[in-house]
Amino acid sequence: MNLPRLQVERRLHTSRLMSTLALAVSLLLALLAIGLVFSSLGVDPVYAYRRILRGGFGSLYGLSESLAKAIPLLLTGAGLALAFRARVYNIGAEGQLLLGAIVGGGIALNFGHWPREVLLPVMFLGGFLGGALWAAVPALLKARFRVDEVLTSLMLVYVAGDLVRYLVYGPWRGPEERGFPYSSRFALAAQLPHLEGTRVHYPTLLLALGLALFLYLLLERTKLGYEIRVTGENPAAARYAGMNTDRIIVLVLLLSGGLAGMAGVGEVAGIHARLSPPEGISPGYGFTAIIVAWLARLNPLATILTAFLIGGLLVGGDAIQVALNLPAASIYIFNGMILLFVIAGDVFTRYRLRLELRS
Amino acid sequence: MALPPSPMSVRSWRFRPHTNGRSCEATVPASVSATALAEGLMASASVPPAVLMRGITKRFPGVVANDRIDLEVKEGEIHALLGENGAGKTTLMNILYGIYHPDEGEIRIRGRPVVIRSPQDAIRLGIGMIHQQFRLVPTHTVTENVVLGMKRGILFREREARQQIEALAKNYHLEVDPDARIWQLSAGEQQRVEILKALYRQAQILILDEPTSMLTPGEIEDLLKTLHRMKEEGHTLIFITHKLDEVTAISDRVTVLRQGKVVATLETAKTNERELAQWMVGREVLFRLNRQQAQVGETVLRVENLHVLNDKQLPALKGVSFEVHRGEILGIAGVAGNGQRELVETLIGLRPAVQGAIVLNGQSLTNLPPRARIEAGIACVPGERMTALVPGMSIAENMVLKAYRQSAFGKSGLLDRRAVNDHADRLIAEYAVITPGRDTPVKLLSGGNIQRALLARELSSQPSLLIVASPTSGLDVGATETVWKILLEQRQQGRAILLISEDLEEVMTLSDRVAVLYEGEIMGIVRGEENNLERIGLMMAGALRLPREEWV
Ligand SMILES: Nc1ncnc2c1ncn2[C@@H]1O[C@H](COP(=O)(O)OP(=O)(O)OP(=O)(O)O)[C@@H](O)[C@H]1O
Ligand SMILES: [Mg+2]
Repeated sequence: MNLPRLQVERRLHTSRLMSTLALAVSLLLALLAIGLVFSSLGVDPVYAYRRILRGGFGSLYGLSESLAKAIPLLLTGAGLALAFRARVYNIGAEGQLLLGAIVGGGIALNFGHWPREVLLPVMFLGGFLGGALWAAVPALLKARFRVDEVLTSLMLVYVAGDLVRYLVYGPWRGPEERGFPYSSRFALAAQLPHLEGTRVHYPTLLLALGLALFLYLLLERTKLGYEIRVTGENPAAARYAGMNTDRIIVLVLLLSGGLAGMAGVGEVAGIHARLSPPEGISPGYGFTAIIVAWLARLNPLATILTAFLIGGLLVGGDAIQVALNLPAASIYIFNGMILLFVIAGDVFTRYRLRLELRS
Repeated sequence: MALPPSPMSVRSWRFRPHTNGRSCEATVPASVSATALAEGLMASASVPPAVLMRGITKRFPGVVANDRIDLEVKEGEIHALLGENGAGKTTLMNILYGIYHPDEGEIRIRGRPVVIRSPQDAIRLGIGMIHQQFRLVPTHTVTENVVLGMKRGILFREREARQQIEALAKNYHLEVDPDARIWQLSAGEQQRVEILKALYRQAQILILDEPTSMLTPGEIEDLLKTLHRMKEEGHTLIFITHKLDEVTAISDRVTVLRQGKVVATLETAKTNERELAQWMVGREVLFRLNRQQAQVGETVLRVENLHVLNDKQLPALKGVSFEVHRGEILGIAGVAGNGQRELVETLIGLRPAVQGAIVLNGQSLTNLPPRARIEAGIACVPGERMTALVPGMSIAENMVLKAYRQSAFGKSGLLDRRAVNDHADRLIAEYAVITPGRDTPVKLLSGGNIQRALLARELSSQPSLLIVASPTSGLDVGATETVWKILLEQRQQGRAILLISEDLEEVMTLSDRVAVLYEGEIMGIVRGEENNLERIGLMMAGALRLPREEWV
């Protein structure tokens, strides 16, 4: 038989140009594939894309919404980029984000009488600690018992979700909410200010931009960053050189968890002004941030760009959902496809595929 | 599947002598090229050569790894490929095996022009390659590894495959248990599996890239026997090595590369080691280094009654004791696998001591973490070099793998890029590391240059004790000479050096005293003098144990 055969060959070295090219090509392919999905739903893909772009970037309102969604993506994505660089695969940022929301929200509900200049920083600090605490569980399990962090961090997402649910249905339910699962509204002092007429809570945005830059400098310009990179590339060499790899694993997990926790505070104090069931706090920012980090090639600085991009896609996705009457899950398909193609594109930069006709 | 040999047309290629004007050195005996020419013409008249590579050029950023290379390997011969580190041997063979694609040049297999785009193509042409790094699946059995990627259909006839493998193993003296799992095997046994894998795929032409560099002397002997047997069975072998005695022992002809060019193709019978070394390096190589009288000083390292377990939690070291002094080289001789790796790991703090003491300059280091030992003054070039390097990172970043903590490379937690770069430039220049630049990833350096860079880094910390394990394995004669010279210089300057090596010649050349490690025990310590060679040999085989009072 003359069946064509697929050959997989390892490439010896990947140039920067090739990996950038691969990224562009995979994004293009992802859009094509998603286009097919649109077609199958009876929607003209070109029209859908135009709506998405217009929705996310085509108006001042769209841009501001994209920016608002970029904030949690940036905070979380930059932290994940750091962790992934050390080859620590924290998949549970969503849970860490929720923990941040709980702690930040708890502070807001109980200390609303504090002056705002004290209250807001304390909320962010608390959120950071909450997220870090949630990440501490997989961190310690990995460092002590070599338990895979992918599994443990992911499982804790569901625990965090249930914790939020328990609180808003139970002890923290606002008495004036007439049975709805919401906490009371935060006092004004616990609410973040916005850019005029938008939902962009700029203190969090500035915080996120600053932290992304900070993490970039940490990786490239500090000794700790050097240790993180060595640990990720060759843990055996790191140990040989006397680096404490367990400490580094714990550290990057705590940092990435802490940043996700701050993102959670930003959402409850900047957007919702109260606690609600988990789906209301975050439509999966913690998972979407994984795409943000990968698209940025694990460079925290580049997450500024990718967070905004993905934020825009989310906004555009919301727009077409309403306009074209698409199922709510379509945006998840959208995101999933992008991640899939980007990771697959990554594989192609390391391997070469060749179709071969045999005679 | 191998292609059927096609009838060779004599017109299809003209033989060109390998030593033409551009690559010929003044020191070449004029007769060499003439003989090669005559040989080539005679060969071409009868059977086409198994492999003919012509005008092969391969450029990498910053280097021409292969520069218009002509290589002819006759059917059924053992052809040695010789050359310094970075000469381009592996690159040339990777081209033949389809891993790289040449920028220019053509390849003929048994007279037929071919384009080899991938290892699968090469395998179909009957070419097999044994790489320096084995590519086996550690958790699979020998049989599974051999047939891996060859399964046809859903049902895998394990028993049949097993029988075939056993038959092959028997025929070629490749003793290995077909049911053993790879991780349980020694380097030598794993290599046998790789060879079996190639034979199972019916490789007629077999490329071996430095197959002896990680074998024990006994295993080397077995391998050479296997190679002879393969030759008898009509296989054609290309054998890359740095060891001249292996070239003369086994090859029919030898091609020497230097800086990406062919400088000579010689008949082994008509040359000798000295001439080959000269061809390789382009100058006279001193085989005998001049070891001056040691100025032995105070004790630097004291190891007392050291007990250590291996990965399988079995005793690897059973009460090892020795001392290393300032200004001396203590050699640890022994066949690989007698506790050498565990000893090194324990000394640098990567493996806990169950019992015993490690004392450096009077300070007890027993069970201190690696960092404390680095700071106390232990430097180490381990046998597995890649555990001491970050292959994907630049030379510059690798040169500060241990020193980055010092304030010279940045204060208050910052990393001073400029200082890191300057440091790398200095070491590259001082130790003559050949590379396009300090930003080149270490994984792209040749073996010899990796070792040079590693030694440079470890010595740059001015350690009080330098541990080196198999420092010249995989290095060419020129690089070996350089490394030996560096070690002797360091000793002259009063450094204490612990040399762990399976290469007895190396141990004897360098060591002031030699301790023999056998099954985790020191059998005796003697002076590193020629007249002790026999006793050392007996101790390495476990046949002699010197009473403690006789140790020097
Ligand atoms: N993938 C690559 N990219 C860039 N340069 C390379 C690559 N592979 C090899 N080189 C360079 O090509 C030259 C030849 O390397 P090669 O590995 O063929 O040498 P070699 O003769 O096998 O040396 P050794 O004896 O040390 O194994 C070296 O300068 C090496 O640094
Ligand atoms: Mg090589």
